Amino acid sequence: MVVTGFYPDNMSRLNPKGPIIFHTQSLESRESSLSACSFHAASINPFLKSLNRNLKPIYSPAPRPPLLIRRRRRSMAFTKDQLLARLQELKVEFLSCDHPSVMTVEEQAKYVGHLGGALSKNLFLKDKKHRLYIISALANTKVDLKILSQRLGLGKGGLRMAPEEALPEILHVALGSVTPFALINESARSVSLLLDKGFKSQRYCLFHPLTNEVTIALTPSDFDKFLLSIGHEPAYVDLEDCPVVGKDNPPDLAYLIPAEALNLPGGADKVPPTSAPAQTNATLEQKTKQPTQKPKEPSKEQKQKSGNDKPQINVDAVADSTNVEKFVEKVLEKVSNVFISELSKQSNAEDGNIKDHMLEGVKQRVSSDLLSMTMTLKNSVYTQGFHAGIESTLYPLANKKIVERK
Amino acid sequence: MASTTGETLAAAEPIADGRTEEGEEEQVVNPWEVSAKGGKIDYDKLVDRFGCQRLDESLIQRFERITGRRAHVFLRRGLFFAHRDLSDILDAYERGEKFYLYTGRGPSSESLHLGHLVPFMFTKYLQDVFKVPLVIQLTDDEKCMWKGLSVEESERLARENAKDIIACGFDIERTFIFADFSYMSPPIYKNIVRIANCVTGNKIVGIFGLTLEDYGGKFFFPYIQAAPSFPSSFPHIFSDKYSKLRCLIPCAIDQDPYFRMTRDVAPRLSYHKPALIESKFFPALQGESGKMSASDPNSAIYVTDSLKDIKNKVNRYAFSGGQDTIEKQRKFGANLEVDVPVKYLNFFLDDDAELLSIKEKYGSGAMLTGEVKARLIEVLSEIVERHQRARAAVTEEMVDAFMAVRPLPRMFG
Repeated sequence: MVVTGFYPDNMSRLNPKGPIIFHTQSLESRESSLSACSFHAASINPFLKSLNRNLKPIYSPAPRPPLLIRRRRRSMAFTKDQLLARLQELKVEFLSCDHPSVMTVEEQAKYVGHLGGALSKNLFLKDKKHRLYIISALANTKVDLKILSQRLGLGKGGLRMAPEEALPEILHVALGSVTPFALINESARSVSLLLDKGFKSQRYCLFHPLTNEVTIALTPSDFDKFLLSIGHEPAYVDLEDCPVVGKDNPPDLAYLIPAEALNLPGGADKVPPTSAPAQTNATLEQKTKQPTQKPKEPSKEQKQKSGNDKPQINVDAVADSTNVEKFVEKVLEKVSNVFISELSKQSNAEDGNIKDHMLEGVKQRVSSDLLSMTMTLKNSVYTQGFHAGIESTLYPLANKKIVERK
Repeated sequence: MASTTGETLAAAEPIADGRTEEGEEEQVVNPWEVSAKGGKIDYDKLVDRFGCQRLDESLIQRFERITGRRAHVFLRRGLFFAHRDLSDILDAYERGEKFYLYTGRGPSSESLHLGHLVPFMFTKYLQDVFKVPLVIQLTDDEKCMWKGLSVEESERLARENAKDIIACGFDIERTFIFADFSYMSPPIYKNIVRIANCVTGNKIVGIFGLTLEDYGGKFFFPYIQAAPSFPSSFPHIFSDKYSKLRCLIPCAIDQDPYFRMTRDVAPRLSYHKPALIESKFFPALQGESGKMSASDPNSAIYVTDSLKDIKNKVNRYAFSGGQDTIEKQRKFGANLEVDVPVKYLNFFLDDDAELLSIKEKYGSGAMLTGEVKARLIEVLSEIVERHQRARAAVTEEMVDAFMAVRPLPRMFG
C-alpha cells in the first residue's frame, strides 16, 4: 500500500478540531481502492512527522500498473485532478485539503493552517512588454513591486498586475487561484516564476492546485522536482533584498526575464478592469501603489476608503447587497419555505406536488411586482443618500455665510 | 428622439440613404412619419431598404446562453426583430469587453402610452442581464425645433417624461438621464461639432428629407442625437479607460436613419460603430390601419389610464379579428392576423404555453372575443398598475439624482 496522497473529508470544514477521515490509495490494482481511516485532527502533526521520516514510498511486491494519464503536450487547460495525477506519476507526495473557495491567505489559513506548512501568496504580473511573471512568496514576506521591477531591469514602475483576462487565458485558473502549478499549462510556458527563497527552509509549502477550493502541501524538494519535470528551473530569490540598482550594479534578477512576450487577451493596451486584481492570495503591501498602477477610478477610491484587505470579497458583497433581483429571490425563497412548512402542518404531505406548483404560480405572479417595488426602494434610498451628500458638502459653506453676515 | 408613433401628417418624403425613390412611395418610415399603403408595414422590405439585419433564432439563443436566462418576451415574440452589429457586441461581451446602452425619448407630450414604454422596458431588461450602464437622452431641443414648443415647455415635459422613464425600473446605480438643454456642455458639444464636421448638409437632406425652407436647427439636430453614441460625451461616467467603449442602442426602427449616419461617422473619429437593436411599431388599438396618435386617446393605452379606462378602451376600441356573431365565431374561428388583442397579448403575455393555447382556441372558435379581451385587460391592468405605483414613488429629488452629473462607480458591478 502506497500512501501517495490523501484527502481530508469535507467534514473537517465543519469542525477543525473534529475527526478527519483520510483515504489512502492502493496502487496494487488498476482501480484505486480507497480505504478510509479516521484520525483526530490533533494527531495530524505526529502523522506528518511520521511521513517526514518515511519520505520514500513503500512499494508493494505487485508490479505497478500503467498509469492512466498519458503525458502529452496539451494545448488545453490542466485540471486539478490532472495535476494531482501528474504529481503522483512523479512520485511526489503531497497532502491535499478541500475547503470552500478562498480568496485570501487569511481565509486559507483558517482551513489549512493546522497542516503546519508555509502558506504562499502568489502574484501574477506583467511588464510593459507584456511578459508575464508569477511571484510566489511566503505569506509574511514583504513584496515590493517597485524594487523587484528595478531588480529585473524594468525600471521603477515596470511591473503591474496582469490583466484579469490573462488568468483564464494563460494560466487557466480562476480568480484567486494563482499558483506556480499553473505553469504546467503549455500556454504558460513563457511565464517566469520567482520563488521566495524562504520556501527552501520550510517543511511544507502550501499552494493551490489550480483551484482555490483545494490546498496541497508538499516538501520544497518535491516542489522543485515538479518544476523541473515541466521544464522550469526553480529560481529562488531573496524577495526582501533591496540592492541599489545603478550603473555599477546591474539588475540582479534580469536573468529571470522571460524570453518571449505573450499576446495578452483584450489587446495590447488593455488596462486592468475596475474590479480589484485577481491575485488576492495576498495581502499586498503595495496597496498605496495601486492607484498609480491603474488609472484613478472612483471605484478604486471607494474600495480603499473602506480600508479593506480583501477588495475582491468587498466588491462582491456590496454588489450582492444592492442587487435587486437577488434580494427578491431571497425574499421569495424565505416566504415559500415558511409557507410550505405551514401548509404541511395543515394538510397532508401527499399534496407535495400541488403545493410546489401553487408556489411556483404565486412566485411568478408576485415577482414582477416585488422587483418593481424593490427597485423603487433602491432608487429612493440612493436619492436620499445622494442629496445628503450634497447637503453635507454645502453645509460648512452655508454656515460660513451666516457667520460672516453677523 | 422622435416618438415611435407616426404623429405628424407630413407629405410622403423620399427617404433612404440619399436615394430618391422613383414613383409612389409604398411605405414611409422616418423619425417623423410612419405610414404604409394599406396600413400594414412590410418589415422585410424595410430591413432590406435600410440595410440592417434580422434578429434570428440563433441570436436569441445566444442571448439566452450568454445571459443565463430566458430571453425577454419582446425578443422571443419578435417585437425586437432587427439589428446592426449585435453579434459583435455579444462576441466582445463574451471576451470580457463591456459596452454601454444608449436610448432616448423625444418629450413631445406629457402622457405616455404603452407603445412609448416598449423600448424602455426592453432596455431595462438589457441593463439587468448584462449589468451595463445606460444613458438616456431626452431631446427637449428637438421637440422645441419640430413642434414649436417653447424652451421652457420642452424642458418641463422632459422632466415629466423622465419620471415615467424612471418608473420603468432603471437602476440608479448605473443609469444617467439627461436633457439636451441642461446637459449641453464642453465634452458633448465638442463631439457634436466633430460629428458635424463629417456630415454635409446634402447628406442630411438625403437622410432626413429636409429642405432649405426648414429651420437650420433641424439640420443640426441629428448631430446632437448622434453624440451620445460616443463614450467621450460622458467623461464623468467613462474615464479614459473606457474611451473606446462599445455602444448598443435599443430603439424603434424609425430611428435607424440617425444611427446610419452615426455609424458612418464613427470610424472617422476612431470609435466603434454603435450597434443597434430595433423594434417594430406597436399596433394601435384600432389595428394596422390606425395610427397611435397623441390626439386620439382611444388609439392606445396610456400609463395614466384607470382600470376602468383600460377595460373600456379594450372592449370598445380594440379591433377584433373575431366573427360578427357567436355562431359564426364558433364555426369559423377568429382571424388572428388582424386581431389586435391577440397582437397585444403576443407582446405582453409572458407565458408561452398560455399564449399558444389562446391562439389555438380563439383561432378555432373555441374561445370568444370577449374572453380574449378579458384576459388582455387583466394583463394590461397589471402592467399599468405596477407602473403607476412606481411612478407615484418618483420624487423631484429622485429625478435630480438620476439627472445629476455624477460618476457611476459600480456601473459594471
